[in-house]
Amino acid sequence: MVVGVLVVLAIGLITVSFREDRSGPLVRAQDAGAGVLRPFLVAAERIAEPFEDGYRWAESLFEARSDAERLAAENVALRQRLAQAQLAVRENDRLRSLLRFRDGARFPRDYEGVAAAVIGRPAGAFSQAIVIAVGSKDGVRRNDPVVTQDGLIGLVTRVSGRSARVTLLTDEQSAVSGVDVRTNANGIVRHGRASRTTLVLDRVAKEDVVRVGDTVVTAGWESPRLASLYPRGLPIGLVTSVGQADTDLYKQVLVEPFADFRSLDAVLVLVPRERGVR
Amino acid sequence: MIAVRVGVVVFVASVFQVAVFSGWELLGGFPDVLLVTVVSVALLRGAVVGAVTGFAGGLLVDTATLGTLGLTSLLLAVAGHLSGRYGETSGRDRSFVPYVAVGVIAVLVGVGGYLVHFLLGDAVSARLALPPVLPSALLDVLMVWPVYRLCRAVVGTAAAEAPPREVELVV
Repeated sequence: MVVGVLVVLAIGLITVSFREDRSGPLVRAQDAGAGVLRPFLVAAERIAEPFEDGYRWAESLFEARSDAERLAAENVALRQRLAQAQLAVRENDRLRSLLRFRDGARFPRDYEGVAAAVIGRPAGAFSQAIVIAVGSKDGVRRNDPVVTQDGLIGLVTRVSGRSARVTLLTDEQSAVSGVDVRTNANGIVRHGRASRTTLVLDRVAKEDVVRVGDTVVTAGWESPRLASLYPRGLPIGLVTSVGQADTDLYKQVLVEPFADFRSLDAVLVLVPRERGVR
Repeated sequence: MIAVRVGVVVFVASVFQVAVFSGWELLGGFPDVLLVTVVSVALLRGAVVGAVTGFAGGLLVDTATLGTLGLTSLLLAVAGHLSGRYGETSGRDRSFVPYVAVGVIAVLVGVGGYLVHFLLGDAVSARLALPPVLPSALLDVLMVWPVYRLCRAVVGTAAAEAPPREVELVV
Protein backbone atom coordinates (compact mmCIF):
# COMPACT_ATOMS: atom_id res chain seq x y z
CA MET A 1 0.00 0.00 0.00
CA VAL A 2 2.66 2.50 1.12
CA VAL A 3 4.99 1.65 -1.74
CA GLY A 4 2.08 2.00 -4.19
CA VAL A 5 1.35 5.51 -2.90
CA LEU A 6 5.04 6.44 -3.14
CA VAL A 7 5.32 5.11 -6.70
CA VAL A 8 2.24 7.08 -7.77
CA LEU A 9 3.60 10.16 -6.01
CA ALA A 10 6.96 9.78 -7.76
CA ILE A 11 5.31 9.38 -11.16
CA GLY A 12 3.18 12.43 -10.40
CA LEU A 13 6.29 14.44 -9.54
CA ILE A 14 8.02 13.33 -12.75
CA THR A 15 4.98 14.32 -14.80
CA VAL A 16 4.65 17.73 -13.18
CA SER A 17 8.43 18.31 -13.46
CA PHE A 18 8.25 17.67 -17.18
CA ARG A 19 5.13 19.72 -17.87
CA GLU A 20 5.64 22.67 -15.55
CA ASP A 21 7.20 25.89 -16.83
CA ARG A 22 10.19 27.50 -15.11
CA SER A 23 8.12 29.66 -12.78
CA GLY A 24 5.79 26.91 -11.56
CA PRO A 25 5.36 26.10 -7.85
CA LEU A 26 7.24 22.79 -8.03
CA VAL A 27 10.22 24.41 -9.73
CA ARG A 28 10.19 27.19 -7.14
CA ALA A 29 10.03 24.63 -4.33
CA GLN A 30 12.94 22.72 -5.89
CA ASP A 31 14.96 25.93 -6.18
CA ALA A 32 14.26 26.72 -2.52
CA GLY A 33 15.23 23.17 -1.56
CA ALA A 34 18.45 23.42 -3.56
CA GLY A 35 19.24 26.65 -1.73
CA VAL A 36 18.74 24.95 1.64
CA LEU A 37 20.90 21.96 0.62
CA ARG A 38 23.70 24.07 -0.89
CA PRO A 39 25.62 24.73 2.40
CA PHE A 40 25.52 21.04 3.25
CA LEU A 41 26.87 20.10 -0.20
CA VAL A 42 29.65 22.67 0.12
CA ALA A 43 30.52 21.33 3.59
CA ALA A 44 30.59 17.71 2.38
CA GLU A 45 32.72 18.70 -0.59
CA ARG A 46 35.18 20.50 1.77
CA ILE A 47 35.36 17.45 4.05
CA ALA A 48 36.16 15.15 1.13
CA GLU A 49 38.57 17.55 -0.57
CA PRO A 50 41.78 16.57 1.31
CA PHE A 51 41.14 12.87 0.61
CA GLU A 52 40.46 13.51 -3.08
CA ASP A 53 43.56 15.70 -3.33
CA GLY A 54 45.62 12.98 -1.69
CA TYR A 55 44.32 10.37 -4.13
CA ARG A 56 45.07 12.61 -7.11
CA TRP A 57 48.54 13.39 -5.76
CA ALA A 58 49.32 9.68 -5.40
CA GLU A 59 47.93 9.01 -8.87
CA SER A 60 49.98 11.82 -10.41
CA LEU A 61 53.23 10.40 -8.95
CA PHE A 62 53.05 7.49 -11.37
CA GLU A 63 52.73 9.77 -14.38
CA ALA A 64 54.99 12.62 -13.24
CA ARG A 65 58.17 11.64 -15.10
CA SER A 66 56.58 10.96 -18.50
CA ASP A 67 54.41 14.07 -18.10
CA ALA A 68 57.46 16.25 -17.39
CA GLU A 69 59.27 15.08 -20.54
CA ARG A 70 56.18 15.52 -22.70
CA LEU A 71 55.42 18.96 -21.27
CA ALA A 72 59.02 20.16 -21.78
CA ALA A 73 58.86 19.26 -25.47
CA GLU A 74 55.39 20.80 -25.75
CA ASN A 75 56.61 23.97 -24.04
CA VAL A 76 59.32 24.55 -26.66
CA ALA A 77 56.85 24.13 -29.51
CA LEU A 78 54.25 26.33 -27.81
CA ARG A 79 56.76 29.13 -27.19
CA GLN A 80 57.47 29.31 -30.91
CA ARG A 81 53.77 29.26 -31.74
CA LEU A 82 53.05 31.96 -29.15
CA ALA A 83 55.47 34.37 -30.80
CA GLN A 84 53.85 33.73 -34.20
CA ALA A 85 50.36 34.05 -32.70
CA GLN A 86 51.17 37.38 -31.02
CA LEU A 87 52.35 38.78 -34.34
CA ALA A 88 49.21 37.46 -36.05
CA VAL A 89 46.92 38.96 -33.39
CA ARG A 90 48.53 42.37 -33.72
CA GLU A 91 48.22 42.24 -37.50
CA ASN A 92 44.65 41.00 -37.22
CA ASP A 93 43.66 43.86 -34.88
CA ARG A 94 45.21 46.43 -37.23
CA LEU A 95 43.43 45.00 -40.29
CA ARG A 96 40.08 44.81 -38.44
CA SER A 97 40.33 48.44 -37.44
CA LEU A 98 41.17 49.40 -41.03
CA LEU A 99 38.17 47.49 -42.36
CA ARG A 100 35.83 48.50 -39.49
CA PHE A 101 35.13 44.76 -39.25
CA ARG A 102 32.25 43.63 -37.03
CA ASP A 103 31.78 40.07 -35.77
CA GLY A 104 29.99 38.07 -33.07
CA ALA A 105 30.72 37.85 -29.37
CA ARG A 106 34.21 36.70 -28.42
CA PHE A 107 35.87 35.52 -25.26
CA PRO A 108 37.41 37.16 -23.23
CA ARG A 109 36.55 40.51 -24.82
CA ASP A 110 32.76 40.30 -24.46
CA TYR A 111 32.46 38.08 -21.38
CA GLU A 112 33.17 38.16 -17.67
CA GLY A 113 33.95 34.98 -15.77
CA VAL A 114 32.12 33.93 -12.63
CA ALA A 115 34.25 31.39 -10.76
CA ALA A 116 32.34 28.57 -9.11
CA ALA A 117 33.11 25.45 -7.13
CA VAL A 118 31.61 22.15 -8.26
CA ILE A 119 29.40 21.04 -5.37
CA GLY A 120 27.58 18.05 -6.81
CA ARG A 121 26.85 15.61 -9.56
CA PRO A 122 23.76 13.59 -10.39
CA ALA A 123 24.14 9.96 -9.36
CA GLY A 124 24.86 7.23 -11.88
CA ALA A 125 25.88 7.16 -15.50
CA PHE A 126 22.70 8.54 -17.03
CA SER A 127 23.38 12.22 -17.24
CA GLN A 128 26.68 14.00 -17.61
CA ALA A 129 26.14 17.09 -15.49
CA ILE A 130 27.52 18.97 -12.51
CA VAL A 131 26.03 21.31 -9.94
CA ILE A 132 27.96 24.54 -9.29
CA ALA A 133 27.81 26.97 -6.37
CA VAL A 134 26.65 30.06 -8.27
CA GLY A 135 23.19 30.91 -9.50
CA SER A 136 20.87 33.66 -10.64
CA LYS A 137 21.85 35.86 -7.68
CA ASP A 138 25.43 35.87 -9.05
CA GLY A 139 24.31 36.94 -12.52
CA VAL A 140 24.27 33.43 -14.03
CA ARG A 141 21.48 32.62 -16.48
CA ARG A 142 20.36 29.58 -18.42
CA ASN A 143 22.47 28.89 -21.54
CA ASP A 144 25.62 30.59 -20.23
CA PRO A 145 28.75 28.73 -21.43
CA VAL A 146 30.98 27.13 -18.81
CA VAL A 147 34.75 26.62 -19.14
CA THR A 148 37.76 25.52 -17.15
CA GLN A 149 41.32 26.72 -17.66
CA ASP A 150 41.64 23.92 -20.25
CA GLY A 151 38.62 24.66 -22.38
CA LEU A 152 34.86 24.43 -22.83
CA ILE A 153 33.01 21.95 -20.64
CA GLY A 154 29.32 22.70 -21.14
CA LEU A 155 26.31 24.94 -20.75
CA VAL A 156 24.15 26.08 -17.83
CA THR A 157 20.82 24.31 -18.25
CA ARG A 158 19.08 25.06 -14.97
CA VAL A 159 19.53 27.91 -12.51
CA SER A 160 18.34 28.42 -8.96
CA GLY A 161 19.19 31.30 -6.63
CA ARG A 162 22.60 30.10 -5.44
CA SER A 163 23.30 27.03 -7.56
CA ALA A 164 23.09 25.95 -11.17
CA ARG A 165 23.16 22.75 -13.16
CA VAL A 166 25.68 22.51 -15.98
CA THR A 167 25.13 19.90 -18.68
CA LEU A 168 28.54 18.73 -19.84
CA LEU A 169 29.68 18.43 -23.44
CA THR A 170 29.92 14.67 -22.90
CA ASP A 171 26.17 14.45 -22.25
CA GLU A 172 24.19 12.86 -25.02
CA GLN A 173 21.97 15.91 -25.34
CA SER A 174 24.82 18.40 -25.75
CA ALA A 175 26.10 19.73 -29.06
CA VAL A 176 28.18 22.74 -30.06
CA SER A 177 29.29 24.12 -33.42
CA GLY A 178 33.02 23.55 -33.75
CA VAL A 179 35.66 24.59 -36.22
CA ASP A 180 39.12 23.28 -37.03
CA VAL A 181 41.45 26.22 -36.29
CA ARG A 182 43.97 25.26 -39.01
CA THR A 183 41.65 24.47 -41.92
CA ASN A 184 38.39 26.16 -40.91
CA ALA A 185 36.48 22.89 -41.41
CA ASN A 186 33.12 23.21 -39.64
CA GLY A 187 31.13 20.59 -37.80
CA ILE A 188 29.09 19.82 -34.70
CA VAL A 189 30.91 18.60 -31.60
CA ARG A 190 28.93 16.08 -29.59
CA HIS A 191 29.50 13.11 -27.31
CA GLY A 192 31.44 10.15 -28.65
CA ARG A 193 29.75 6.79 -28.84
CA ALA A 194 32.94 4.87 -28.12
CA SER A 195 33.59 6.20 -24.63
CA ARG A 196 32.25 8.69 -22.14
CA THR A 197 35.23 11.03 -22.33
CA THR A 198 35.74 11.42 -26.08
CA LEU A 199 33.87 13.72 -28.43
CA VAL A 200 33.21 13.60 -32.16
CA LEU A 201 33.27 16.41 -34.69
CA ASP A 202 30.23 15.42 -36.68
CA ARG A 203 28.88 16.72 -40.01
CA VAL A 204 32.28 17.55 -41.45
CA ALA A 205 31.99 17.46 -45.24
CA LYS A 206 34.20 14.91 -47.00
CA GLU A 207 35.94 17.57 -49.04
CA ASP A 208 37.00 19.47 -45.90
CA VAL A 209 40.49 18.87 -44.58
CA VAL A 210 40.96 17.77 -40.98
CA ARG A 211 44.20 16.25 -39.67
CA VAL A 212 45.17 14.45 -36.48
CA GLY A 213 46.57 17.00 -34.02
CA ASP A 214 44.39 19.89 -35.23
CA THR A 215 42.75 22.04 -32.57
CA VAL A 216 38.96 22.35 -32.52
CA VAL A 217 37.37 25.49 -31.05
CA THR A 218 33.81 26.79 -30.83
CA ALA A 219 32.58 28.27 -34.12
CA GLY A 220 30.46 31.00 -32.49
CA TRP A 221 28.37 31.77 -35.55
CA GLU A 222 25.89 34.61 -35.74
CA SER A 223 23.07 35.29 -38.17
CA PRO A 224 20.59 38.19 -38.26
CA ARG A 225 18.02 36.18 -36.29
CA LEU A 226 19.99 33.61 -34.36
CA ALA A 227 23.36 33.39 -32.65
CA SER A 228 25.34 30.52 -31.20
CA LEU A 229 25.13 30.17 -27.43
CA TYR A 230 28.92 29.92 -27.33
CA PRO A 231 31.40 32.69 -28.20
CA ARG A 232 33.87 32.00 -30.97
CA GLY A 233 37.26 30.55 -30.12
CA LEU A 234 36.70 28.58 -26.89
CA PRO A 235 39.10 25.62 -27.03
CA ILE A 236 37.33 22.25 -27.15
CA GLY A 237 39.92 19.60 -27.95
CA LEU A 238 42.47 17.97 -30.23
CA VAL A 239 41.65 15.79 -33.21
CA THR A 240 42.87 12.26 -32.44
CA SER A 241 41.50 10.33 -35.41
CA VAL A 242 40.05 11.06 -38.84
CA GLY A 243 38.18 8.43 -40.81
CA GLN A 244 36.29 8.45 -44.05
CA ALA A 245 34.20 5.62 -45.50
CA ASP A 246 32.73 5.59 -49.00
CA THR A 247 29.25 4.91 -47.64
CA ASP A 248 29.32 7.73 -45.07
CA LEU A 249 28.11 11.21 -45.87
CA TYR A 250 30.58 12.89 -43.56
CA LYS A 251 34.06 12.42 -42.14
CA GLN A 252 34.41 10.58 -38.84
CA VAL A 253 36.49 12.84 -36.61
CA LEU A 254 37.29 11.93 -33.00
CA VAL A 255 38.20 14.76 -30.64
CA GLU A 256 39.97 14.38 -27.30
CA PRO A 257 38.66 17.21 -25.08
CA PHE A 258 41.19 19.53 -23.42
CA ALA A 259 39.15 19.57 -20.21
CA ASP A 260 39.28 16.59 -17.90
CA PHE A 261 35.61 15.90 -17.28
CA ARG A 262 36.35 13.36 -14.55
CA SER A 263 38.05 15.78 -12.17
CA LEU A 264 36.17 19.04 -12.29
CA ASP A 265 36.64 21.01 -9.07
CA ALA A 266 36.16 24.60 -10.17
CA VAL A 267 34.74 26.17 -13.31
CA LEU A 268 34.19 29.58 -14.85
CA VAL A 269 30.74 30.63 -16.05
CA LEU A 270 30.97 33.11 -18.93
CA VAL A 271 28.51 35.94 -18.39
CA PRO A 272 28.09 38.49 -21.21
CA ARG A 273 29.57 41.87 -20.19
CA GLU A 274 26.41 43.66 -21.31
CA ARG A 275 24.47 41.75 -18.62
CA GLY A 276 27.17 42.16 -15.98
CA VAL A 277 28.22 40.10 -12.97
CA ARG A 278 26.52 40.81 -9.64
CA MET B 1 12.85 8.88 17.49
CA ILE B 2 13.68 6.17 14.99
CA ALA B 3 12.23 8.32 12.22
CA VAL B 4 14.62 11.13 13.14
CA ARG B 5 17.59 8.76 13.16
CA VAL B 6 16.63 7.28 9.80
CA GLY B 7 16.11 10.80 8.46
CA VAL B 8 19.57 11.90 9.59
CA VAL B 9 21.21 8.82 8.06
CA VAL B 10 19.45 9.33 4.73
CA PHE B 11 20.17 13.06 4.69
CA VAL B 12 23.89 12.54 5.31
CA ALA B 13 24.07 9.74 2.73
CA SER B 14 22.25 11.87 0.11
CA VAL B 15 24.50 14.89 0.68
CA PHE B 16 27.69 12.82 0.48
CA GLN B 17 26.38 10.95 -2.57
CA VAL B 18 25.77 14.19 -4.49
CA ALA B 19 28.82 16.13 -3.28
CA VAL B 20 31.42 13.37 -3.15
CA PHE B 21 30.62 9.87 -4.39
CA SER B 22 28.93 10.78 -7.68
CA GLY B 23 32.17 12.40 -8.82
CA TRP B 24 34.18 9.22 -8.38
CA GLU B 25 34.60 6.82 -11.25
CA LEU B 26 36.41 3.67 -10.15
CA LEU B 27 36.92 0.53 -12.24
CA GLY B 28 34.42 1.95 -14.73
CA GLY B 29 31.66 2.19 -12.13
CA PHE B 30 30.09 4.82 -9.89
CA PRO B 31 29.71 4.09 -6.16
CA ASP B 32 26.26 4.82 -4.74
CA VAL B 33 26.38 5.21 -0.98
CA LEU B 34 22.74 6.31 -0.88
CA LEU B 35 21.58 3.08 -2.49
CA VAL B 36 23.62 1.03 -0.01
CA THR B 37 22.16 3.09 2.85
CA VAL B 38 18.58 2.65 1.61
CA VAL B 39 19.03 -1.12 1.25
CA SER B 40 20.67 -1.35 4.68
CA VAL B 41 17.88 0.64 6.36
CA ALA B 42 15.27 -1.47 4.55
CA LEU B 43 16.88 -4.70 5.72
CA LEU B 44 17.09 -3.41 9.28
CA ARG B 45 13.70 -1.69 9.59
CA GLY B 46 11.46 -3.39 7.02
CA ALA B 47 9.89 -2.76 3.62
CA VAL B 48 7.75 0.25 4.50
CA VAL B 49 10.56 2.17 6.17
CA GLY B 50 12.83 1.14 3.27
CA ALA B 51 10.42 2.48 0.67
CA VAL B 52 9.91 5.78 2.50
CA THR B 53 13.67 6.11 3.03
CA GLY B 54 14.35 5.49 -0.65
CA PHE B 55 11.70 8.00 -1.69
CA ALA B 56 13.04 10.69 0.64
CA GLY B 57 16.66 10.08 -0.33
CA GLY B 58 15.80 10.22 -4.04
CA LEU B 59 13.88 13.45 -3.52
CA LEU B 60 16.89 15.02 -1.79
CA VAL B 61 19.21 13.96 -4.63
CA ASP B 62 16.89 15.27 -7.34
CA THR B 63 16.44 18.55 -5.46
CA ALA B 64 20.15 19.07 -4.83
CA THR B 65 21.13 18.30 -8.44
CA LEU B 66 18.24 20.32 -9.92
CA GLY B 67 17.24 17.19 -11.81
CA THR B 68 13.83 15.78 -12.73
CA LEU B 69 11.94 15.52 -9.43
CA GLY B 70 10.65 12.05 -8.61
CA LEU B 71 12.96 10.10 -10.89
CA THR B 72 15.50 8.93 -8.31
CA SER B 73 12.70 8.69 -5.74
CA LEU B 74 10.84 6.20 -7.91
CA LEU B 75 13.87 3.95 -8.32
CA LEU B 76 14.99 4.10 -4.69
CA ALA B 77 11.48 3.67 -3.24
CA VAL B 78 11.06 0.43 -5.21
CA ALA B 79 14.61 -0.60 -4.27
CA GLY B 80 13.88 0.02 -0.57
CA HIS B 81 10.63 -1.91 -0.71
CA LEU B 82 12.15 -4.92 -2.51
CA SER B 83 15.12 -5.15 -0.16
CA GLY B 84 12.86 -4.74 2.86
CA ARG B 85 10.64 -7.58 1.68
CA TYR B 86 13.69 -9.75 1.07
CA GLY B 87 14.98 -8.98 4.58
CA GLU B 88 11.58 -9.76 6.15
CA THR B 89 11.16 -13.09 4.37
CA SER B 90 13.85 -15.36 2.96
CA GLY B 91 16.77 -13.20 4.02
CA ARG B 92 15.98 -13.05 7.74
CA ASP B 93 18.93 -13.57 10.13
CA ARG B 94 21.47 -14.43 7.46
CA SER B 95 24.80 -12.65 7.45
CA PHE B 96 25.30 -12.56 3.68
CA VAL B 97 21.93 -10.91 3.05
CA PRO B 98 23.16 -7.27 2.86
CA TYR B 99 25.79 -8.17 0.28
CA VAL B 100 23.37 -10.15 -1.91
CA ALA B 101 20.64 -7.54 -1.55
CA VAL B 102 22.92 -4.60 -2.44
CA GLY B 103 24.47 -6.45 -5.40
CA VAL B 104 21.13 -7.49 -6.90
CA ILE B 105 19.35 -4.20 -6.16
CA ALA B 106 22.25 -2.18 -7.62
CA VAL B 107 21.97 -4.11 -10.90
CA LEU B 108 18.17 -3.73 -10.92
CA VAL B 109 18.39 0.01 -10.21
CA GLY B 110 21.04 0.41 -12.94
CA VAL B 111 18.96 -1.34 -15.58
CA GLY B 112 15.71 0.15 -14.25
CA GLY B 113 17.22 3.63 -14.33
CA TYR B 114 18.18 3.15 -17.95
CA LEU B 115 14.64 2.02 -18.81
CA VAL B 116 13.04 4.96 -16.97
CA HIS B 117 15.30 7.45 -18.76
CA PHE B 118 14.55 5.71 -22.05
CA LEU B 119 10.79 5.88 -21.42
CA LEU B 120 11.07 9.57 -20.54
CA GLY B 121 12.69 10.22 -23.89
CA ASP B 122 16.19 11.05 -22.63
CA ALA B 123 18.94 10.45 -25.17
CA VAL B 124 20.78 7.74 -23.21
CA SER B 125 22.55 5.08 -25.24
CA ALA B 126 22.68 1.57 -23.81
CA ARG B 127 26.29 1.28 -24.93
CA LEU B 128 27.30 3.98 -22.44
CA ALA B 129 24.70 3.53 -19.70
CA LEU B 130 24.72 -0.24 -19.18
CA PRO B 131 28.43 -1.22 -18.99
CA PRO B 132 28.96 0.68 -15.68
CA VAL B 133 26.11 -1.27 -14.04
CA LEU B 134 28.17 -4.31 -12.97
CA PRO B 135 31.28 -2.39 -11.78
CA SER B 136 28.97 -0.01 -9.89
CA ALA B 137 27.25 -2.98 -8.22
CA LEU B 138 30.66 -4.35 -7.24
CA LEU B 139 31.67 -1.02 -5.68
CA ASP B 140 28.36 -0.89 -3.83
CA VAL B 141 28.93 -4.39 -2.44
CA LEU B 142 32.38 -3.29 -1.23
CA MET B 143 30.73 -0.48 0.74
CA VAL B 144 28.21 -2.77 2.45
CA TRP B 145 30.35 -3.76 5.44
CA PRO B 146 30.97 -0.26 6.86
CA VAL B 147 27.65 1.27 5.76
CA TYR B 148 25.48 -1.59 7.03
CA ARG B 149 27.26 -1.63 10.40
CA LEU B 150 26.92 2.14 10.69
CA CYS B 151 23.23 2.02 9.83
CA ARG B 152 22.65 -0.80 12.33
CA ALA B 153 24.40 1.22 15.03
CA VAL B 154 22.30 4.31 14.34
CA VAL B 155 18.84 2.99 13.46
CA GLY B 156 18.92 -0.43 15.15
CA THR B 157 16.77 -3.33 13.99
CA ALA B 158 13.02 -3.70 14.01
CA ALA B 159 13.34 -7.30 15.20
CA ALA B 160 15.38 -6.31 18.26
CA GLU B 161 12.69 -3.88 19.43
CA ALA B 162 9.77 -6.25 18.92
CA PRO B 163 10.87 -9.81 19.67
CA PRO B 164 8.37 -12.48 18.56
CA ARG B 165 5.96 -13.51 21.32
CA GLU B 166 4.88 -16.70 19.61
CA VAL B 167 6.78 -19.36 17.78
CA GLU B 168 5.11 -21.44 15.13
CA LEU B 169 6.62 -24.84 14.56
CA VAL B 170 6.23 -26.09 11.04
CA VAL B 171 6.57 -29.85 10.89
